[in-house]
Formats: sequence, C-alpha cells, structure tokens
Amino acid sequence: MSDAIFVVSWICLSAGGFFCVTGALGLVRMPDFFTRVHAASVVETLGAGLILLGLVLQAGLTLIAVKLLIIGVLIFFTSPTATHALAKAAYARGVVHIAQEEGSSSSR
Amino acid sequence: MFSAAAAALLVSLALALARAFLGPTVFDRAQAANTVGTLALLLLAVLGFLTGRPEFLDLAIVYGLLNVIGTIAVLKYFEFGNLGDPGEADDNGAKR
Repeated sequence: MSDAIFVVSWICLSAGGFFCVTGALGLVRMPDFFTRVHAASVVETLGAGLILLGLVLQAGLTLIAVKLLIIGVLIFFTSPTATHALAKAAYARGVVHIAQEEGSSSSR
Repeated sequence: MFSAAAAALLVSLALALARAFLGPTVFDRAQAANTVGTLALLLLAVLGFLTGRPEFLDLAIVYGLLNVIGTIAVLKYFEFGNLGDPGEADDNGAKR
C-alpha cells in the first residue's frame, strides 16, 4: 500500500472518530429532543461515512471493500428513514420543541 | 490507528448510553438506541480490521439490517399503539 493512501485513510478514520464523538456529545448536551435528533444525525452521516471510507481505502479493491460499500449504502438509506420516523412519532405524540415553551429560559 | 478509531467509537457509545439512561421521553431513548446500533455497526467493522478478521463485516451488515427494522417497529408501536405515557412530563418532555 502506498504511503499517500495510508495517510488519507488515517485522516479519514481520525475525522470519522472525531465526528462520532462530536455527535454523541451533542446527543447528551443538547437541550431538547429535536436538537438531539439533529446532533445524532452527525454520527450517521459524517462519522459513519468517513470511517467506512477510511476502511475502504485500507481494504483496497477486494470483496471487503464491496461489503463496506454495502454497509455504507445501508446506512445512507436507513438512517434518514429512522430519523424521519422518530421525529414524526415524537411530533405526533406531542413532544414540545424548546422554542414553543413559554415562560422558560431559551437554553440551559 | 484502528485502535484510535475504536476508542473514539467506544467513547461515543458511552455518551449515547448516557442519553439512553437520562432521556426524559421514550423517543430520546429510541434515538439513543438507534445511535448505539449505528456505532456498534461501525465498531464491528473497525474491530474486523483491528484483529485482522474481516468476517466481522458480515455481522455488521446483519446488525445494521436488524437495527433499522427494530427502530421502525418500536416507533410504529409508540406512534400508533396505546402503551401509555411516553415518559415523565417534565420541563422538556412530553405534554401527555
């Protein structure tokens, strides 16, 4: 494996890990449900995409890369579906957005 | 470098588990479970490379399929079924 591909793969894996930690931190720290959904989507787009890209660069043109691409396509289609269903179910059950709350401070 | 990515994924898993324990409504817990599933899928893929056994990728594919089906099924139940209240109604929780 050439050094350039190794360096690019290392950068992708590190950035993917960073975005995973960032999204999970937002999942803990954000003030209400819908902003938490927004923060958690970082994990499933940038985090998963960059980590899978780094692994594909490590694998080269093999069957392993094909399996990693299958996982990537799976996440690409199912994670917006799950997030949409989640936000729709929460809205239908009356979870209040933080901008709709009266008489409380806007952020904590 | 694989171990660094695996460590970052483990830290993210711990944070998502904290939200699953803290979450005031059931939808917070469902979101945390979905995130835990995605992170476990990524951790399986990275672990396959870390230990030099790429057979873990098949497990990751199966885990991803089960994760989304489980999340959609649970949300269908909580949106249309009548299981009771979706959690304690506190200052940032549900109205009913």
